[in-house]
Amino acid sequence: MSLPKAAELPIGAVIPEPGSTRRNKTAGWRTLKPVIHDDKCIRCQLCWLYCPEGTIAERKGVFQVGNRTYDVKYEIVYDYCKGCGICANECPTKAIEMVPEAP
Amino acid sequence: MKLYYKTLKDLPREELFAPGHRMCAGCGAAIAMRWITKTIGPNAVIANATGCVEVTTTPYPETAWMHPYIHVAFENSAAVASGVEAAIKALKRKGMWDAGDTKVVVIAGDGGTYDIGLQSLSGMLERRHGVLYILYDNEAYMNTGIQRSGSTPKYAWTTTTPVGTAVKGKIQWKKDIMGIVTAHRVPYAATASVAYILDMVNKIKTALEYTEEGPTFLHIYAPCVPGWRYPENKTVEIARLAVETGYFPLYEWDHGKLKLNPPSSNHLDKSKRKPLKEYLKLQGRFAHLTEQEIAEIEKELDAYWEYLGKLAQL
Repeated sequence: MSLPKAAELPIGAVIPEPGSTRRNKTAGWRTLKPVIHDDKCIRCQLCWLYCPEGTIAERKGVFQVGNRTYDVKYEIVYDYCKGCGICANECPTKAIEMVPEAP
Repeated sequence: MKLYYKTLKDLPREELFAPGHRMCAGCGAAIAMRWITKTIGPNAVIANATGCVEVTTTPYPETAWMHPYIHVAFENSAAVASGVEAAIKALKRKGMWDAGDTKVVVIAGDGGTYDIGLQSLSGMLERRHGVLYILYDNEAYMNTGIQRSGSTPKYAWTTTTPVGTAVKGKIQWKKDIMGIVTAHRVPYAATASVAYILDMVNKIKTALEYTEEGPTFLHIYAPCVPGWRYPENKTVEIARLAVETGYFPLYEWDHGKLKLNPPSSNHLDKSKRKPLKEYLKLQGRFAHLTEQEIAEIEKELDAYWEYLGKLAQL
């Protein structure tokens, strides 16, 4: 990441770009990686609800899982997931597994 | 509390709090911030006191916020928000405000509310500014290295209230901030927990609508992984146990009426509450507690519930 020079910055510590921490990918913080097993997922939304980073994305569409059809699917945005494991801890069907990251 | 969101399906989908911020993995306050920004919607100005959330979300020249946002010192977040609110009002009167119904929200930690910012909070409440003040309570000064605050509970370990032979954690009890706020006769004040999101977002929305009448206040309980010494995946579990054991009751103060919200509404009967030990044993900051000390905390808690029960009957 290249930072702007002091003279290029606006006066008064103003940050003109909203949501610019997106440049900082926090994936490197992770030692355990959550993996959603879609066959066990009942779409209760709890992982999406409790994720502190907002890294669980809702994908709309038609998803056939076994003999059930869902109109939504939950996926993890691994760029920002810090691997805290709240999702796996809160999942009522234990559909989220915490897997060690490759060294 | 009005029911704006009945089920999880009604919740706002748009994310207004960017990822990539430097809050700890499993931070309770991060969950709170995500839902605060989602619920207040894009047309709001946020004033943020110094604290964990401010330090970790605005590493210059980046910011995680997508609202107009102003960071001010520990002691004057409520004063700045009062000024913003008064300015918007004046511009509206002169017909120079074209952004519509812009809300003003303060976000401050327990240090910026219980201790350092108490005077400006009191001033804002007394002057009746239409501002929503949100306190996220992690029970110590966490970002400077876990120093005790007015919010730290009795017997909790912090770096300034260490556990040794003479002193075992904090000596004093936690301050009753809701009592202080409701003594200002505000239209609305409520407690919420990151484990009960539906309850929390409905309270945020209700408090936001009541800012038409005057100042409103929210006390959100947000567990802290490094400060409370527990595994990072237990944040929501601990926040839930705090409510289920009666340690942090969920209630609201609506125009002078106190109402307990579920699941705390059943907890006036002590047998409905889980044993306090279940909440304490998960946290390293309470690891040194003896049975006698737990009994003492429990006794104080029972007295608090008796007080709440009396208030609820008023």
